[in-house]
Amino acid sequence: MESTDAIPQFSKSESKAGGVGVSNMSALAAGPGIQSVRDVAIIVMVAVIVIGGLELVLNIFAVPQYVMPKPSEIAVALVTDFWFILPHLGHTLVELFSGFGIGALVGLILAAVITQFPFAEKIITPYILLLVTTPMLALVPLLILRFGFGYTPRIIAVALAAGPMVMINAATGFRRVDRGKIALARSYGASTLQIFWKIRAPMALPMIFVGLMVGSIFGLLTAVGAEMVGGGFGLGNRLTSYSSMIQMPQFFAVVLILSILGILIYVLFFLLGKKFASWEA
Amino acid sequence: MQDSARGTMVEQLSGGVKLRVRQATKVYPTASGDLLAIDRCDLDVRAGEIVCVVGPSGSGKTTLLWSMSGLHGLSSGEVQLDGKPITKPSRDIGMVFQDANLLPWRTVEANINFPFEIMGQAPDKAWIAQLVHRVGLEGFEHRMPSELSGGMQQRVALVRALSFKPSVLLMDEPFGALDAFTREEMNHLVEEIYLDTHTTIVLITHSIEEAIFLADRVIVMSARPGRIASEHVVPFARPRSMEIMSTKDVFDLTNVIKKEIIGDQKSMAGRSGSVVKATG
Repeated sequence: MESTDAIPQFSKSESKAGGVGVSNMSALAAGPGIQSVRDVAIIVMVAVIVIGGLELVLNIFAVPQYVMPKPSEIAVALVTDFWFILPHLGHTLVELFSGFGIGALVGLILAAVITQFPFAEKIITPYILLLVTTPMLALVPLLILRFGFGYTPRIIAVALAAGPMVMINAATGFRRVDRGKIALARSYGASTLQIFWKIRAPMALPMIFVGLMVGSIFGLLTAVGAEMVGGGFGLGNRLTSYSSMIQMPQFFAVVLILSILGILIYVLFFLLGKKFASWEA
Repeated sequence: MQDSARGTMVEQLSGGVKLRVRQATKVYPTASGDLLAIDRCDLDVRAGEIVCVVGPSGSGKTTLLWSMSGLHGLSSGEVQLDGKPITKPSRDIGMVFQDANLLPWRTVEANINFPFEIMGQAPDKAWIAQLVHRVGLEGFEHRMPSELSGGMQQRVALVRALSFKPSVLLMDEPFGALDAFTREEMNHLVEEIYLDTHTTIVLITHSIEEAIFLADRVIVMSARPGRIASEHVVPFARPRSMEIMSTKDVFDLTNVIKKEIIGDQKSMAGRSGSVVKATG
């Protein structure tokens, strides 16, 4: 009965249908919860052993600093050069936020619109797939040629990397049509717009958060990569600069900042997802 | 219709015809040809009556009910509510769906307020509180649907459907997924609510026992195409107790209906294929 107004079958499996990527989210979120003070103590102890052990090993074998700096040297570099690195972090964040903001917004709108028109979706999807799979870093030299060494080429690259990622996940979310829930809304006389905001959007929310999380990490990757290609500012520029001057403690300090940034992004979307899409689990 | 004794009884209870179905026919286009879901169904439901529709799967029970709710149109024929044709959902009609069909991202309270949100009105708090009390949902207002049992979920759906005081309640196999005990409980609850509100109820079920317990009239449908095969008056006084379910009258009526349904399925097995070319 492939008809638009066919009666929905309320089988238990249907509510799960179309939730292909949702398990991604639960997989990402499936970290074991911290149970007690004892757990915390063990986690801290292991961290001390790993970092202290690294320090010890590097000392014992007298590994030269340009091969691998000691954790203590990285920490010192992070503190002493912090105020010098901070503006570069600011530049990277500007590129990330504006590029991701633009890309995510366009991606979300496109996903919401094209999923309403299955035929248009069929035509557009291959191009979106192409955008997802092509590393947008490849376009950066071209973008620099066209837009110079400022923010513009980097923001465009970040938007191109994040947008399709957000779109493809959000589209999966919007495609999870539950005819029963739409019929419910229609039985109270809901308009198409009301059905979108009250049924389709909340149903898509878990997948939208997955898209935003993956998209922002891709955005960070692309921002740093683009900074490494050219232009005199940003954390990526610091990486190339420090490595060319063999300032390894500073180099690793920047890497550490990038790791923390990535973790913060992940935690942000994890918490948002937990707050607004916990009903899914 | 020949049963004059019943006629007077129903007329005492109620005014005129609440829902009138005339020559209702619905064809679904499918890849392998048109599927005739219901064929020229006629049905009158009086105000304040409980009508239960039973039939084998594929008899178009749900299609008939959805047409009555205005959720989808008919290929031909007409459904009238209070003499006016139904072309779209009306706030005079409350629907209870298969499973509870709650919105899992909303609390119980937000689910109950959902119809008012769509209609752009303030919820009728006093009435809702009364309903919540009546179905025993007090204290569960801020729970999420996933925290409730199937029976409790269906109670929420019942409150939601009644929250805006519809004059007709359409129920689409509402308790099919529940265990036998919960189902019995829910049947009592529906009757209690009916005795309180005298809402006209049309209930689809595949349980003949449920149909006989609740109905003033049981309508039996036959399958492929879905037609109304027969109707049976259930004359027991309300409130009914489960004891009447073990009386000989009920036993005989159950058997008659069962035979009709089984007989219909046997005759169907003789036919080739289930797709019938629609003529109209």
